[in-house]
Order: sequence, then C-alpha cells, then structure tokens
Amino acid sequence: MLEIVLFYIAATVALVATVMAMTRANAIHALIYLIVSLLAVAVIFFLIGAPFAAALEIVIYAGAIMVLFVFVIMMLNLGEKGDKQERQWLQPSIWAGPAILSIVLLIELVMVISQTSGPVSVTAVSAKEVGLSLFGPYVLAVEIASMLLLAGLVGSFHLGRRYLDRDNLEKKGGQ
Amino acid sequence: MSELMPVILALTILIGGVAGAAVLTWFERRLLGVWQDRYGPNRLGPFGIGQVAADMIKLLFKDDWVPPFADRMVFIFAPTAIVVAMMMGFAVVPFAPGMMIIDVNIGLLFFLGMTSLAVYSVLLGGLASNNKYALLGGLRSAAQMVSYEVFMGLSLIGVVMMSGSFSLVDIVEAQTDVWFCFSQILGLIVFIIAGIAESHRLPFDLPEAEHELTAGFHTEYGGMKFAMFMLGEYLGLMLISCMIVTLFFGGWHGPMLIGDWLPPFFWFSLKVFVVICFFVLLRAAIPRPRYDQLMSLGWKVMLPITLVNILVTGAVLLWIEGVA
Repeated sequence: MLEIVLFYIAATVALVATVMAMTRANAIHALIYLIVSLLAVAVIFFLIGAPFAAALEIVIYAGAIMVLFVFVIMMLNLGEKGDKQERQWLQPSIWAGPAILSIVLLIELVMVISQTSGPVSVTAVSAKEVGLSLFGPYVLAVEIASMLLLAGLVGSFHLGRRYLDRDNLEKKGGQ
Repeated sequence: MSELMPVILALTILIGGVAGAAVLTWFERRLLGVWQDRYGPNRLGPFGIGQVAADMIKLLFKDDWVPPFADRMVFIFAPTAIVVAMMMGFAVVPFAPGMMIIDVNIGLLFFLGMTSLAVYSVLLGGLASNNKYALLGGLRSAAQMVSYEVFMGLSLIGVVMMSGSFSLVDIVEAQTDVWFCFSQILGLIVFIIAGIAESHRLPFDLPEAEHELTAGFHTEYGGMKFAMFMLGEYLGLMLISCMIVTLFFGGWHGPMLIGDWLPPFFWFSLKVFVVICFFVLLRAAIPRPRYDQLMSLGWKVMLPITLVNILVTGAVLLWIEGVA
C-alpha cells in the first residue's frame, strides 16, 4: 500500500516537473525541472524493483548528461533576449495543434493500458542480472552502442583538433 | 528500537555533520598552521576553538543579500543542493555493524549518484550569479567534475569485482582479512585524487581559484548562503573520507595485526580522522595545477590507470577461480 502511494506521488512529481520543463521560457529553469523529473523517474524505477536502473538514471542522466546540457547553455549565454524569443515561440497558436493530437494518442494509450491492466509483479532485478543480460542476449546491442560512441569520440576529437593545433602554433610563435 | 535506529542516526548525522564541518574549518586552519610553520587561529578560547563560534555568529548575522542582477530562484537553490546531496550520501555509509541508515544493494551507486548531483550546486551557483568570474568558475567545475566522476566510478570497479557486491556492508565484510588498500592500490590512488577533484578542494579548487577568479562560483555569495557552500564542501570532504575508509581501509575493522579489540565505531572514526588529516596535508603541500594540466592528468594518466587496474583485477580473479 505504501509503495503504491509513493509511486503515485513520484509519478505526479514527474508529470508536473515535465510539464513545467516544457513551458518555462528560461532554459536553466526548464533544465532544473527536467532534472527533477529524471529524479522522480529514478524513484519510480526503485519502487518497481529496478534499483540498478534507478541508480544509473541518477548517475548518468541526472548527474552527467544534464550537466552537459547546463554546460552548453552556460556557453551560449542566452540571458533575457533568449527568454523573450522563447516566450514568443510558446504562443498557443503554435502548440495547440500538436497538443490536441497528442491528447488523442494519450486517450488511446490509457484505454489500451486499462484493458490489459493486471497486478504488476514486483521482482527486484539485481546489478548482476543486468550485467549478465547485457553481455549475454544483448551483446550485439552493446557492441553497436560502443561503435556509435567511438564514432562520436573520433568526431569530437576531429572537431577539437583544429583549436589544439592553433594553440601549439601560438606557443611556438611566442617562444 | 531497531526501527527507530535509522531515524536517530539520521538526526545525529544531520547535527553531527553540521557541527563537524564547523569544527573542521577551525581544525583545518590550525593544522595548516602547524605544517606551514605558523599559528593559525589561536586567540579565542583553548587552542582557539572559540573561533568556530565567532565565525558562526559572523555568518549568521550577515545581511542575506541576493544581487539584483542574479537569477533569484536559482541563486537561492544552488547552495542548498550541495548540502542536501552530500547529506543524502551519508545515508549509505556503514559506521559500524548495524549502524547505518539504510543498507541497499546499490549503496555504492547511490553514493556516486549523490556526489554527481552535487555538481549542480557549483554549476548553477556560478550561472545564477550573472558574473563573469562566477560563470568561469562554474564552467571549470562542470568540466572538472564530469571528467573526474568517470575515473571515480571506474576506480571502484576493482573493489566491486573483488567483493562481488555494490552493497557497502558486503564490501566492508569482504575486507575482514585483508584490506583492499593493498590489492586495489591503483584504485585507491585514483579514488583519492578524483575525490579531491569532486569535492573541489585545494589543490583542485579550480572552480574557486581565488588568485584568478576572485572566488569563482561563489563570488556573489555572502552570509548564510556562502556558509551553505562551505558546509557542503566540508560535508563532501567528510563523505569522501568515510568512503575511502569503507572501500579501501576495512571500514569498521581494526588494523590487521592488532585486531578488533576496540569498538568498531571507534576504529571507523579514527581512520576517517587520519584520512581527513591527510587531505589537509595535501592542501598544505601541493600547489594548484593549471586547468589544462588538470584535464590532461585526468584523461591521459588516470583513465589508463583505472582501465589497467580493471583488466588486471579481472584477470587475477579469473585465474584464482581457475586454479581453485
């Protein structure tokens, strides 16, 4: 019973935070709400028996990826001008159409879920099981993901190299 | 009683953490004084311990001011984030057998998650101040902490492999005979360096770096909000010390040849105290590296070391399993 209450509290927090994240004009405020939303999802993962996924959600999504988002926004230095532009883009005429269409989809989703609903069995999945399935049946996906990451690494290295060379040239020129 | 234990312990940590951080500010300055051949604060009360109270009164009575150009909501939120995250991190620390708030099977990951959330405090504080020095401090901290988080996590993989669990209680119990500081010496070195970088203390206090960035991310902060940042930093120092003791120096176990003839909590606190002194010594002894030196140390030295450590640990474990 307590778990169900906790689940609904976390789910409400996640929904409210996500809506707030979409509607904020200030990018930093939106990101803070998105981080809160991710933390709420982590609590949900923990409650439905996936502690490992919950921990990774915090460490990787909330703790690393969102930091990089904030980092990028810091570099852009948007300020008041960015807020104004964002407010202009958030006119009802722009978001009303997609919102109505997605509400239709939401109603369909709720109907599907309510038809198939049964008691969700909570079985805790340990880190070991996650590891075994990652390097067992899903090893191909892991390898493909690693290739993708390697490609990203090589790409960013290529983009960053130009500046590195220029720095070296300046150093040599100064000596 | 056993149900009340976590609640009592949580309150004790809350009060003890704040008091400990306050005393640490004085203790650190005295210790730095000893190592740098000067006195440090020695005027108020015996050994100058009254300095703690004087500092507290000064901080409490300062004007709690938010600069008009700052982003008010984020400016106030930032210093609280680091204190909350660090306090949460203490929830999984096993002080003695049965003396911990919660023993979850993801304890180690929980600790890593909380330290990674503490990054936001520095980052958002620097951003919300709307000041270029603060912004530079925030930018540096983002790059520094995200990078060193990687090595911090990887350096602990060896410990997890040897104990076969993410639970901190299991990790301490796996060290009953031999502490991990011998077999995981590479992991220990990397973890200590990454720990200093994560709690952004000297020599890795580049987010603050008072010589070049006035006070970095907390340039615009004063009064209690500044005190919250300092509280978070000292809580971080204590948390990292607790984790070093738990993961590499046998937690509540006594030293190997001497045995467990003192209460477990005593051994734990003694070891944490020694580690904290070591951190203060590092602060006194090592100058701050340049920003690019810090980054290249991380990616060119620490990353290979951790990867080699994981490879060797795995190979040795498999070899032992094959022999047995």
